[in-house]
Amino acid sequence: MKLLVCISQTPDTTAKISFNADSTEFNSAGVQFIMNPYDEWYALVRACELKESLGGQVTVLHIGPAANETTIRKALAIGADDAVRIDADPKSAAFVAFQIAEYARKENFDIIFLGKETIDYNGSEVGAMLAEFLDMPYVSYASKLDVQGNIATLDREIEGGIESLEVELPCVVSAAKGMAEQRIPNMRGIMTARTKPLQELPAAPFEALEQLNRFTLPPAKAGVKLIDPENMDELVRLLHEEAKVL
Amino acid sequence: MVLVFAESPRGQFKKSAFEAVTYGKKLADALGVSCVALTLGPLHDAGLLGEYGASRVLNNNNTAFEHFDSQVYAKAIADAATQLGAKVVILSHTSTGKALAGRLAVRLKAGLISGANQLPQIESGSLLVEKSVFSGKALAQYKLNGAVNIISLMGNAVKPEMTGSKLEPETIQLTVTPGKIKIKELKTQEGTVPLPEAEIVVSAGRGMKDPANWGIVEELAATLGATTACSRPVADSHWRPHHEHVGQTGIAIRPNLYIAIGISGAIQHLAGVNNSKVIVVINKDPEAPFFKAADYGVVGDLFEVVPKLNEAIKKYKAAN
Ligand SMILES: Cc1cc2nc3c(=O)[nH]c(=O)nc-3n(C[C@H](O)[C@H](O)[C@H](O)COP(=O)(O)OP(=O)(O)OC[C@H]3O[C@@H](n4cnc5c(N)ncnc54)[C@H](O)[C@@H]3O)c2cc1C
Repeated sequence: MKLLVCISQTPDTTAKISFNADSTEFNSAGVQFIMNPYDEWYALVRACELKESLGGQVTVLHIGPAANETTIRKALAIGADDAVRIDADPKSAAFVAFQIAEYARKENFDIIFLGKETIDYNGSEVGAMLAEFLDMPYVSYASKLDVQGNIATLDREIEGGIESLEVELPCVVSAAKGMAEQRIPNMRGIMTARTKPLQELPAAPFEALEQLNRFTLPPAKAGVKLIDPENMDELVRLLHEEAKVL
Repeated sequence: MVLVFAESPRGQFKKSAFEAVTYGKKLADALGVSCVALTLGPLHDAGLLGEYGASRVLNNNNTAFEHFDSQVYAKAIADAATQLGAKVVILSHTSTGKALAGRLAVRLKAGLISGANQLPQIESGSLLVEKSVFSGKALAQYKLNGAVNIISLMGNAVKPEMTGSKLEPETIQLTVTPGKIKIKELKTQEGTVPLPEAEIVVSAGRGMKDPANWGIVEELAATLGATTACSRPVADSHWRPHHEHVGQTGIAIRPNLYIAIGISGAIQHLAGVNNSKVIVVINKDPEAPFFKAADYGVVGDLFEVVPKLNEAIKKYKAAN
């Protein structure tokens, strides 16, 4: 099987979020960056498992500057065979999807994996865009994936339930919790990752149709009102009369 | 014209469809244009969308639309948008909407903002749309520059409003192509409102000590008509099912009322719930970080407080 895993880089989950003076750019000073958890824990690990059981090749693709190569090496340490970095600032979902499509179109992958969303922009947009650029079926929020011949069997999370389905390959899949278990790279993985091939490609021109105006921080909470644990009638009264949620 | 795609999974509208039409109608009014609702697949009562402000309700009941396949749906919706000359397309930010939004944006060469949390501002004809980013830790406002633009609407961001009257649905001819996805089985949790749609959520964490103790949480949820949720370690230890896991790596929700029981309020947990309108925290540790994000707090032993709260709500419900 020829598998592609698209990985992105996001601020660490505990990162303090702040912006530059005119509120148009994320302030990355002092922020630790990690591989987007859904890409790493679920998409990448499941792709590696499929390769290990069915044979084939796992390629990871990242769109970002050279400084992000530690994230790519980590993906190689977890088990990917080779990597491609498209040298560009990943400004918008459409830009990213377009770059992936330009690369993937020439390569005939059986499955293209992504995480269900990134934990910074939370758009969940790239997978669907990519599938449309390539005119492939798309299964989003997949919590289970198995392959037999050219058919993949998947579970997909929907509101209030799980849909089990079959899809003809090639397809695009976005991975959610349940698809695999997080893998910690071992020493051997880390050593071999250093010598695995990493190809650098230029980005293709693409114009985004969305323009960031400004970031703001949500208004601070007024402060907690503490209620006597012996007086739950008072809490109910406040929820009804003051908060108006009962 | 504003085109709203109103989802009807298994032939039924859910609240998100009424929210989307209400939003589409308000945006159409602000732009001085009309709001048209589109539905796909066999439907009982498509005309209902007129009550939420659509001036026309269109339907194509081809059986190809019985199950959701983003490839098939996106072609049809894009076809409708083009036929009707829609300038704005509204979707719900649901599992269906998320799988569609990007596809439609590519097909229609449209600008896209997904997960909008309120109506756009209109500035010399352009739409300025705000959404929550960094897992609820910040907001971002974008300007949409497409000739056509798409907005997907976060659940519980607007209240459905009945401003119109029931309509006779019209049939629309659309491109229908066979899909490559075959649905085998659908497992649903009957009887409860799914978490992303729930208005009240009762959530519990490791402070519960043991899965056998969840009775008091379930009783409270039943009294409130709420949906239950949990923290990540609770789902990871299989105390509760995966789909209850909320937070940065679980689902992000924005109910009207979120009651957190025995949850410390780690930053990754807050990331999934900090957009809730009102937060109540029950924790025995007055230093628990969750109190900083709470509107109301009860410092006490959950095994005593939760049953008392349940009784108080029963009393309130009986009196009202
Ligand atoms: C990358 C990453 C992603 C993560 N994603 C998520 C996520 O999506 N969602 C999530 O929830 N977590 C997530 N976490 C984990 C998170 O950091 C916390 O570890 C977790 O939320 C803690 O769960 P908890 O509050 O249930 O347990 P604890 O932190 O153990 O807190 C238990 C609380 O219960 C209280 N308590 C105990 N006994 C009682 C009693 N009798 N009465 C009243 N109160 C009592 C304690 O005072 C304590 O505050 C993530 C972590 C990482 C590193």
